[in-house]
Amino acid sequence: MDAIILQILNGLDKGSAYALIALGLTLIFGTLGVVNFAHGALFMIGAFCSVTLSKLLNLSFETVDPTQKDFLGNPLKVKTPYVQEWFGPEVGAAIIDWSVPLAILFAIPIMLAVGYVMERGLIKHFYKRPHADQILVTFGLAIVLQEIVKFYFGANPIQTPAPDALSGVATIGGSFGLNISYPVWRLVYIAFSGLLIFGAFAFLQFTTFGMVVRAGMADRETVQLLGIDIDRRFTIMFGIAAAIAGLAGVMYGPINAPNYHMGMDFLVLSFVVVVVGGMGSLPGAVLAGFLLGILEAFASTTWATTTIPGINQIIIYLVAIIVLLTRPRGLMGKKGVMED
Amino acid sequence: MTKPTLSRRGVLKTGAAAGVGLALPTYLSAASHAGFTNAPQGGTVTLGFNVPQSGPYADEGADELRAYQLAVEHLNGEGDGGMLQTFSSKVLEGNGILGKKVEYVTGDTQTKSDAARASAKSMIEKDGAVMITGGSSSGVAIAVQGLCQEAGVIFMAGLTHSNDTTGKDKKANGFRHFFNGYMSGAALAPVLAAQYGNDRKAYHLTADYTWGWTQQESIAAATEALGWQTVNNVLTPLAQTDFSSYIAPVLNSGADVLVLNHYGGNMVNSLTNAVQFGLREKIIDGKQFEIVVPLFSRLMARGAGENIKGILGSTNWHWSLQDEGTKAFVQSFGTKYGFPPSQAAHTCYVQTLLYADAVARAGSFNPCAVVEALEGFEFDGLGNGPTLYRAEDHQCFKDVLVVRGKENPTSEFDLLEVVEVTPRAQVEYAPDHPMFAGGNLGQCNPGA
Repeated sequence: MDAIILQILNGLDKGSAYALIALGLTLIFGTLGVVNFAHGALFMIGAFCSVTLSKLLNLSFETVDPTQKDFLGNPLKVKTPYVQEWFGPEVGAAIIDWSVPLAILFAIPIMLAVGYVMERGLIKHFYKRPHADQILVTFGLAIVLQEIVKFYFGANPIQTPAPDALSGVATIGGSFGLNISYPVWRLVYIAFSGLLIFGAFAFLQFTTFGMVVRAGMADRETVQLLGIDIDRRFTIMFGIAAAIAGLAGVMYGPINAPNYHMGMDFLVLSFVVVVVGGMGSLPGAVLAGFLLGILEAFASTTWATTTIPGINQIIIYLVAIIVLLTRPRGLMGKKGVMED
Repeated sequence: MTKPTLSRRGVLKTGAAAGVGLALPTYLSAASHAGFTNAPQGGTVTLGFNVPQSGPYADEGADELRAYQLAVEHLNGEGDGGMLQTFSSKVLEGNGILGKKVEYVTGDTQTKSDAARASAKSMIEKDGAVMITGGSSSGVAIAVQGLCQEAGVIFMAGLTHSNDTTGKDKKANGFRHFFNGYMSGAALAPVLAAQYGNDRKAYHLTADYTWGWTQQESIAAATEALGWQTVNNVLTPLAQTDFSSYIAPVLNSGADVLVLNHYGGNMVNSLTNAVQFGLREKIIDGKQFEIVVPLFSRLMARGAGENIKGILGSTNWHWSLQDEGTKAFVQSFGTKYGFPPSQAAHTCYVQTLLYADAVARAGSFNPCAVVEALEGFEFDGLGNGPTLYRAEDHQCFKDVLVVRGKENPTSEFDLLEVVEVTPRAQVEYAPDHPMFAGGNLGQCNPGA
C-alpha cells in the first residue's frame, strides 16, 4: 500500500509539471490558435530565473586571506556575498537560502515580459500562417533560446536547492497506519501547482477580463464587433501562459537541477498531454497531465519494467494512441477545434 | 615499331630488382613506411580534436579543448612547457613534432556516435588530420575508434570508461589512457568494504548503454567478491531526468546501499533525487544507508552541489595530487585559464603528449610506427605515477584514485578529497579477462 501511494505521489508530482505546461499550451492555442513549441523553453527560462536570482544574491566581494592558499598556492581570495555584508551574516544567509521562493516574485514580471515580447515580436506574424509554419518557427525559437541559455550558463546542471526548512523528508499517513516518506519540497510543488491551476481557472471564470477572454475563445469576431480589443487581451493571456510555465520551472529547480535542455524534455510529453486532454480544453489538459504523470510513475516501477521491458518509455504514447482511437478529440476535447 | 626483346641478363636483372622490392618490407621497420593516410606535408602537422562542443557534455568538451590547446602550445615551445618538464621521456624538444609545427582542427561530437564519426571523417578527409583524439562518452569513443581504424589514422581516446573500448571493441589504431569500469571496481570495492562492512545489500541503477552495463558488471563482481549481495539492477533510459519512480522501490527492496552507475546529468539528477528521498538518513537493519557513485567527475560534482558530500567514488586523476607532473600541469592550466583542470582535460592533454612522444621516438607519423612505439611503453611524470601502455589491448595501467565528496570545501573547485591512491597492481587484469573478452586488436592500418 505504501508503495502504491508513493507512486501516486510521484505521479502527481510529475503530473503537476505536465499539467502546468499543458495548461499554458492550451491557453495559447485556445486564444491565439498558435501551436507554441517554444513553451518548453519558457519552463526552462523560468528555472533559469531562479538560477539568475541565486547568482545575483551570491554576488560577492573578495578579501584576501593570507592564512589560506588557493589551488595555485597564492593567498586565498575569500568571497563574501554582498547581502551578508548589507543585512548581516544570518539574515543574508537566510535570504540566499530562500532564493527559490523569492524567485517566484523575480520571475513573474520577467516571464510576463518574455511572453509579451515573444508574442508581439514574432508569433503575431504567424497567426494567419498554417500550423506547420507556426510549429517550425516556435521550435526554432525554442532552440535559439536554449542555446542562449547554454552560452551564458553552460551545459551542466546548476543546483538551485530548496530552503533548508523545506528540503527534508516528511512522513505522512501515520494516522492511517501508513509510513510514507516523501520529500517536503515535492509536496510543496504539488500544492503550489494546485494553487496555480486553481488561480488560473478562477481568473478566467470569475473576473471580467477572464469572461471577455472566454468569450473571445468562443467567438472572436463577435467580441471584436462589440468594440473590445480582444487581440490585446489575448496578448496578455500569452504573457500569463508564459508566467505559468515559468513559475512551474522556478519551483521545479530544487527537484531536478536546471539545465538548458530541460524544456525540451518536457515539451513533447506536454504536447501529448494536450492532445490526450483535448485540444483547447483547459480542464482536459490538467486532467490528462495528472493522469499521464501517475501512469508513467507506475510504469517505471520494477514490477512493470520487469513484466514488460521498456513500458516506462512508451506508456504515455501507448495511452495517447488508445485515447485517440477511442475518443478522437481527446478526453475533454470539443467539436470543431483544429478540425478545419 | 620496335619489338620487345628479352635477354637472359635483362630477365635476371628485373627478377632481382623485383625480389628485392618484395622482400624490402621485411627488412625495414614500420618507421620507414612511406605511404600512410595524411602524411604531413611541408612544415606543419595537423591534429584533430573531436570533442563535445554542444549537447549535454559541452562543458567537459570545452575543458578538453582547453587542454588540447595548452598541449599544442607546449609542443610548439610556447608557454611554460607544462608536463613536458616532468615527462620521463625527453625526446620532445618544444619544436613541434619531428620539427613540424603542430596545428589543429576541431570537431563537435555532440555526444552522438553518428555526429562524432561525421566530424572525425571530415577532419581526416578534408583537413588532413593525422591523429584524432577526444570525446566524453564510450559510445562515441568506440564509434570513432572504429572509423580511425578503417581510415588508417591513430585514435587517442579522451574520456571513455567502458570496458569495451579496450575490450571487445579494441582496435590496433586506438589507445586509451583513461581508466575503465573494471579498474573502478577493483579500486573502490576494498574501500567500500572497509568503510561500510562486508555484509551489505546493493541496489544498482544503471544507465542503459555500453558504459553503464560494463561498469555495473564490474562493480557488482568486485563487491560480491568481498561478500556484498546485489539485490537488484535496474536499467534506466539515458534520457531520464526524474528518477523518483526508480528511487521509491529502493526503499522497499531491503537494500542498504544504492550504487548509481550514472554519469553527467543522469548522475546529478539521480543523486539529487536519492538524497531528496532521504535515503542517506535511512537505517536498514541497523546499518546506515549509503550511496555510491563509482565514476566521479569534478565538473559533474559541481552540478550535484551539496548532495555529493560524503559520497564515495573513483576518478582517473585529481588536480590536488602532489606529484611533480600534476603540479606542473595545474600550474600551467590554472595560470592560463584561472581554474584547475578536470580529469577530462588531464587525460586529453596527456594523450596528446603521448602521441607526439611516440611519433618522435618512432621518427615517423606512420600509424604503424606510432603503434609500435606506444605498445608496451612505460612512462612516468604525467600525473598518475609509473604507467604502462599495455601492448595486448592498448589500455594504460596506472594508479586509480578513490575519492569522496568533501564535507567542508574551501573553494568552488575543492569538491573531492582523495581517500586512497590505489596502486596499479591492484587494478591490473589479464588481457583475456572475461569482462574484456571477444575482441581482437587486429593489425594496425596505415591507410593510403
